[in-house]
Amino acid sequence: MQLKIHYYALMREQAGRSEETLDTSAATPADLYGELLARYGFTLTREQLKVAVNSEFSDWSRRLAAGDAVVFIPPVAGG
Amino acid sequence: MHFRFTQTPIDPAEARRELLDPGAGGYVSFEGWVRDHNEGQEVTRLEYEAFQELAVKEGERIVAEALRRFPVKHALCIHRVGTLGLSDMAVWVGVSSAHRGEAFDACRFIIDEVKHRVPIWKKEHYRSGNSGWVNCERCAAPPTHSQDHSHDHGHSHDHPHHGEAGAALSQK
Repeated sequence: MQLKIHYYALMREQAGRSEETLDTSAATPADLYGELLARYGFTLTREQLKVAVNSEFSDWSRRLAAGDAVVFIPPVAGG
Repeated sequence: MHFRFTQTPIDPAEARRELLDPGAGGYVSFEGWVRDHNEGQEVTRLEYEAFQELAVKEGERIVAEALRRFPVKHALCIHRVGTLGLSDMAVWVGVSSAHRGEAFDACRFIIDEVKHRVPIWKKEHYRSGNSGWVNCERCAAPPTHSQDHSHDHGHSHDHPHHGEAGAALSQK
């Protein structure tokens, strides 16, 4: 299954890219984060993040579908 | 449209025109400025980055909530992205209403919620030459308390550096 991942802020720097298309067997955003954490060594734990699928906040247990766009959201700091 | 991003300096004189209303007796605004220090470090500039597609949706939801909760006429929030220097305006919130009390309340609500919920990040650059993503780096260790993702903000990050005095981040 192919997914599109976008990275922002600290995670963009740690992944060394702002987006990628990934072939993965991850069924949920939680599984996907586990896979990417192992690959990139992100310093943020899943508990510190939120996740968006197709530009809307999502549960970590949502079933991902081919073509979904996933964004992991580090602690925010607007203003 | 009640929430937007800009890559160029925010013009409050222009923005407040969008709030004019014959039924309004006044307006309240908040400007967030880049401050020269944060948590003991001398800050020289900031970079703001946003997940704009979701940020605009969430920002619009916040202003819509404010318009439902408080009997005000109009409200608008503009957030800057890109590289900002000291004293540059990072965010502007304006609210017009018949009476002042609800305008102050709605303005406070909007800036507080924007800081907690909207996917915007800032990287501080320090005089020492170091830099860091606010709320992401010095707190990267696993939290010692449980994360509450079900409270009424819905999308805020429960975080030890969050919330107090605008998270004591980078504005007065």
